[in-house]
Amino acid sequence: MSHEHHDDHDHDHPHGHGPFQPDIKEPTEDWEFLEIALRELMIEKEILTAREIQEKIEEWDGKCPEVGARIVAKAWTDPGFKARLLADGNAGVGELGLSVPGLKLVVLENTETLHHMIVCTLCSCYPRPILGLPPLWYKSREYRSRAVREPRSVLAEFGTDIPDSAEVRVVDSTADCRFLVLPRRPEGTDGWSEDRLATLVSRDSMIGTAVARAP
Amino acid sequence: MTARFRIGDRVVVRTDTPAGHVRTPSYLKGKRGVVLRDMGDWPNPEKLAYGKPGWPRKTNYWVQFAMDEVWSGNGAYAAGDTVVAEIYEHWLEPDTTPETAS
Repeated sequence: MSHEHHDDHDHDHPHGHGPFQPDIKEPTEDWEFLEIALRELMIEKEILTAREIQEKIEEWDGKCPEVGARIVAKAWTDPGFKARLLADGNAGVGELGLSVPGLKLVVLENTETLHHMIVCTLCSCYPRPILGLPPLWYKSREYRSRAVREPRSVLAEFGTDIPDSAEVRVVDSTADCRFLVLPRRPEGTDGWSEDRLATLVSRDSMIGTAVARAP
Repeated sequence: MTARFRIGDRVVVRTDTPAGHVRTPSYLKGKRGVVLRDMGDWPNPEKLAYGKPGWPRKTNYWVQFAMDEVWSGNGAYAAGDTVVAEIYEHWLEPDTTPETAS
């Protein structure tokens, strides 16, 4: 691929990279150009192949809230597992063949009197290996600034009603721990299988902006 | 390594504003809280951010603050609500002010 640079970088992209996929908008931000330049250089210099990059994207697509829901459903049905998971999150998820490398995974149990809600006011820390990529709102300045100051308003906007008699504990993920909320098991689910219970565990219930779905 | 603080210790977050990368949120500086958990010893992120190995490791504490201590009523929370953050040991001092009645 030849890179014949012109002074005027207009929308014709005269310097050689292919057309963008029609459903992806043309890049406009500095970071978008930086990502494209870096990716194309890595491929051109044979440090990575396009296939390897795609495989990494697919690997990340496989990390999703359904993985976290399996952990929660297992904890709901197996008290021994739940105790080990709360004592040591990394070892707990390790029993399911999962890992959160390099970080301390802390699982926080919601109860009738204590409701945890996770935010990262500094950036976007999130337990990605078990929940996948965070939702866009989680990274927004609005959520990050409001969650620690007006958690009750934020919860109300999510349609989540926590009685004032319970403590809302906002967890600001500022350093090397990653937090997974273990939501309360909904009433009326006695005897349910793990697989069936997992369908009640939404992503937001593991962030703490919601509770688990009612059956 | 001897832990600098123990669970239940009352602490206050330092009010420094050093240049560069820090992990202590501004809204907690100068606020008084209680050590809830010891989160272990980690390479110092303020050094890691500049390509250093981050030695010596610093103990990371999970510190709980009453919402009222942080926002003085200027927020939307219930009386018993709290915020918890991971604060590195060198950002914490013992809180020696008299304990407020609760």
